[in-house]
Amino acid sequence: MTVIAVDRDPIARTLTIVAEFDKPAKRVWQVWADPRQLERWWGPPTYPATVVDHDLSDGGRVTYYMTGPDGEKLHAWWRIISVDPPRSLAFEEGNADDSGPNDDPPTTSIKVRLVETPEKTTMTITCKFAPTPDGEVPGAGTEKGMRLAVGQIDAILTTTTWP
Amino acid sequence: MVVGRAANEEWRADLIFRALADRTRRDVIRRAMSGTLSVSGLARLYPMSTTAVQKHVAVLEEAGLVHLRRHGRQQLVQTEIDTVAKAQALLAEFEQLWLGRLDRIGDVLAQPVDGDRS
Repeated sequence: MTVIAVDRDPIARTLTIVAEFDKPAKRVWQVWADPRQLERWWGPPTYPATVVDHDLSDGGRVTYYMTGPDGEKLHAWWRIISVDPPRSLAFEEGNADDSGPNDDPPTTSIKVRLVETPEKTTMTITCKFAPTPDGEVPGAGTEKGMRLAVGQIDAILTTTTWP
Repeated sequence: MVVGRAANEEWRADLIFRALADRTRRDVIRRAMSGTLSVSGLARLYPMSTTAVQKHVAVLEEAGLVHLRRHGRQQLVQTEIDTVAKAQALLAEFEQLWLGRLDRIGDVLAQPVDGDRS
């Protein structure tokens, strides 16, 4: 796996990542289409994912939960917007609780595109984050009082990924 | 998604990203790190009117990226380092999340699965 490009677009609230895999598109597609394979990479090692429902069809639902180190379960869902194996997948992701999806709007729209060349498959992932209302943040405390050196701030502000 | 949940509850991301999307405003943030420049002092650094610079500062202030403090007759502009760091942390966090996922996809693909001999 080689990451070819990462683009952060703060205006569009979009993160785009392009990666190359030395497998045919049909094989790469399986990491999305096979729930057992999806489980092996979706969650971070400390939050492994368990896929419950997995209906990768237009309008279909995928539901899953991730289990934290203390046993806490974080439920979430996808709503499939469009699917065209093994070329493209578009879905919205939202949070849920253990009784099912809540009424909150989706948090992220994700588009996946696979392009096969003779030797490899390029996967482009575009994540668009929903606009967010103001709100207090669980976990924000860890960043309170955080201070960056001037040089680090400078690196942030001069980075080419800001348009 | 853990990160998505935190991000969506946490951020005035829209305001912050819009504010950071302008070159002049990013420059103001840099120069206002020390908190010793006034709006009119900043205005002298750019080929634009004081009013235009004032508007940029207002956008930054609304996003929580700077705050104004009174010093005698002057209004000094001070960068809010926490907010700058958080805005960057948000995108960086998602980037790290996805880089981790892609890495694990690479691992999954490196192992044969049932019905796959590629």
